[in-house]
Amino acid sequence: MNFSLYDFTPFNQWIDKFLHSHMSSFWAVAVEMTIIGLAILLFYALVGLFLVYAERKVCAFMQNRVGPNRVGPYGFFQTIADFIKLMLKELVHIKNADQLLFNLAPFIIIIASFMAIAAIPFAKGLHAIDFDIGILYVIAVSSLGVVGILLAGWSSNNKYSLIGAMRSGAQIVSYELSVGLSLVTIIILAGTMQFSQIVEGQANGWFIFKGHIPAFIAFVIFLISSTAETNRGPFDLAEAESELTAGFHTEYSGIKFAFFFLAEYMNMFIVASIAATVFLGGWMPFHMGGWAAFNHIMDFIPPFIWYIGKTFFVIWLMMWFKWTFPRLRIDQLLTLEWKYLLPINLVNILIMAFVVLMGWHF
Amino acid sequence: MKEVINLPVKNIEEEEYHINMGPQHPSTHGVLRLVVSLQGEIVKSLKPHCGYIHRGIEKMCEKDTYPQIIHLTDRMDYLSAHINNHAVCLLVEKALEVEVPERVKYIRTIIDELNRIASHQLWWCSFGMDMGGLTCYFYGLRDREHILDIFEESFGSRLLHSYYTPGGLMMDIHPNFQKGVKDFIKYFRKKIKDYDDILTGNVIMQARTKGVGILSKEDAISYGVTGPSGRASGFACDVRKHDPYGVYDKVDFKEILGTEGDTFTRYMMRMHEMRESMKIIEQLIDNVPAGDYTAKMKAVLKLPAGEYYQRVEASRGELGVYVISDGNKTPYRMKFRSPNFSNLSALDHMSRGVKIADLVAIGGSLDYVIPDIDR
Repeated sequence: MNFSLYDFTPFNQWIDKFLHSHMSSFWAVAVEMTIIGLAILLFYALVGLFLVYAERKVCAFMQNRVGPNRVGPYGFFQTIADFIKLMLKELVHIKNADQLLFNLAPFIIIIASFMAIAAIPFAKGLHAIDFDIGILYVIAVSSLGVVGILLAGWSSNNKYSLIGAMRSGAQIVSYELSVGLSLVTIIILAGTMQFSQIVEGQANGWFIFKGHIPAFIAFVIFLISSTAETNRGPFDLAEAESELTAGFHTEYSGIKFAFFFLAEYMNMFIVASIAATVFLGGWMPFHMGGWAAFNHIMDFIPPFIWYIGKTFFVIWLMMWFKWTFPRLRIDQLLTLEWKYLLPINLVNILIMAFVVLMGWHF
Repeated sequence: MKEVINLPVKNIEEEEYHINMGPQHPSTHGVLRLVVSLQGEIVKSLKPHCGYIHRGIEKMCEKDTYPQIIHLTDRMDYLSAHINNHAVCLLVEKALEVEVPERVKYIRTIIDELNRIASHQLWWCSFGMDMGGLTCYFYGLRDREHILDIFEESFGSRLLHSYYTPGGLMMDIHPNFQKGVKDFIKYFRKKIKDYDDILTGNVIMQARTKGVGILSKEDAISYGVTGPSGRASGFACDVRKHDPYGVYDKVDFKEILGTEGDTFTRYMMRMHEMRESMKIIEQLIDNVPAGDYTAKMKAVLKLPAGEYYQRVEASRGELGVYVISDGNKTPYRMKFRSPNFSNLSALDHMSRGVKIADLVAIGGSLDYVIPDIDR
């Protein structure tokens, strides 16, 4: 028995063996699934709460403010207090709203982000499901969220919500393309869609460095289009508070609003995780060729920390430009996608294919 | 027997729907209600519904003496409260033929310009917020705070000052006033570059505002759009230049005119105006002459019977005060020509055929203050 922070596989095997020795294999699997489900649920809630806190602090510092600093040390428990408040608040029932769809929408959104998190590798062996089509699965599942947004806008019986939902529909359907194609660029380089193998493939260099300029272009496009896909500024047209008050979630209150809120932050976490995994080496440490001592120190940092660090770096980037840029207009948003990002992306894929074919990558 | 009514079949693409922007809406900057006819996202027409905070200021003026009226004018365009006060003071002084001391003229001009900068700072931050750049809001408020501190030190209040009285000032300026203003100018010269960096030079901001909400010079004149919004269309309407009051005839400043008349030009006009205001203050702040802070005035001011009109350049345009006096201590009739009311009237003309997001940007660039519209 040697548990370590560097490889969780022995730990998983030990739990598996322990459960199988105490109960029938059916119950062992059932217990394992429950444990994983609870672990992901807990992780989901904690990361969501932390991201809300982080965003409030980051934006406060960018705006010459202090941010939350009353509840707990440095206001750390502010989001927990807010969440409790949201849970206790009354759920407003709206006349003439389509009750079934209205109540269903927040769940669809939160389930979509919940499912996507299952395929993300947090560290070696810390991985709920390792699909061989991991990237495809994540793209497919994360785009389910738009259904929730459309339903929320449609069923609210509010014109602002409807406009927000329609904007969001056009936006997400368009930017899915760029997200997918920029990931395809890396799939060509990696030769696989399985997350664990993609990460293993970056042991001797992250793909953003390995793939020369095409990989970097793909990273930038991924960053732009994934921000758009998660409805965050400067692409937050779906909720555009100065135009549509709150867009698709205008009519939601209490815990249902909290679901939208949490899902938005978790979607940001998921796309940042994918960016970190696919472009920045996932949980692989940073290595410099020839610097043996430096590489050894880097290896000493546990993979989970590497993964979290990279993910939060990408999240910080997204927060940075959210709090700096003004919002785009809907026609400019679609122009950016269809006239600029998509053609660049297609050419980029060709270049990447050529680079891989000629063996010019590292 | 039931009568069959044939409803006209509408083409769904041509059908319009209405949304109420306001009275409670984040981008109307107050309780203004815009009934917007939309086709998809495109604005077909809009109808402003005013009056949600109508307080009957003009009627109240008929019951008040002239020194009392000054306190009411603060509550119109609360962001340029000093300049509103100035209009009434000038009118009373003109009617009574009082010559105010030079010192008062200098101080009034400096404070008017400080007030104009503070007002444009608040406009800049709320315009940034309308565009979706929330960080602008805090930058603008941070710098406005310095001006309000100077105001607070000299006359004890930060927003509604009522500092001017007919014939002079309520009290003399604080000994630290000149130093505070000079420090502020030095500070703000640096900080206004941040404004350009974060919003003016931004690609998204320029793409969203250039060529949007165009108002031609002819339309600006016929709608009576004045102030920075009118000058963006090339309408030379700066009262400080064309009908000088205070010491504006002694200082060197430019009346900057735009040519495009779009949202971006209106934006740039105000950015230029902040710099011009700083220039004016720099020329005056070291040269404030010594003397009394008020002229000798009677205890009860009675304007001779007749009609009087005085206009000043408020931070949003031309503010006119019209008084009919019957020789009593209160006016017989008082009328304010408020800049925002005229500027708002052009909103429908400017925003036909634009998207909702542009409507918000155009509204932001007109910089309307609702209490000034409703009065």
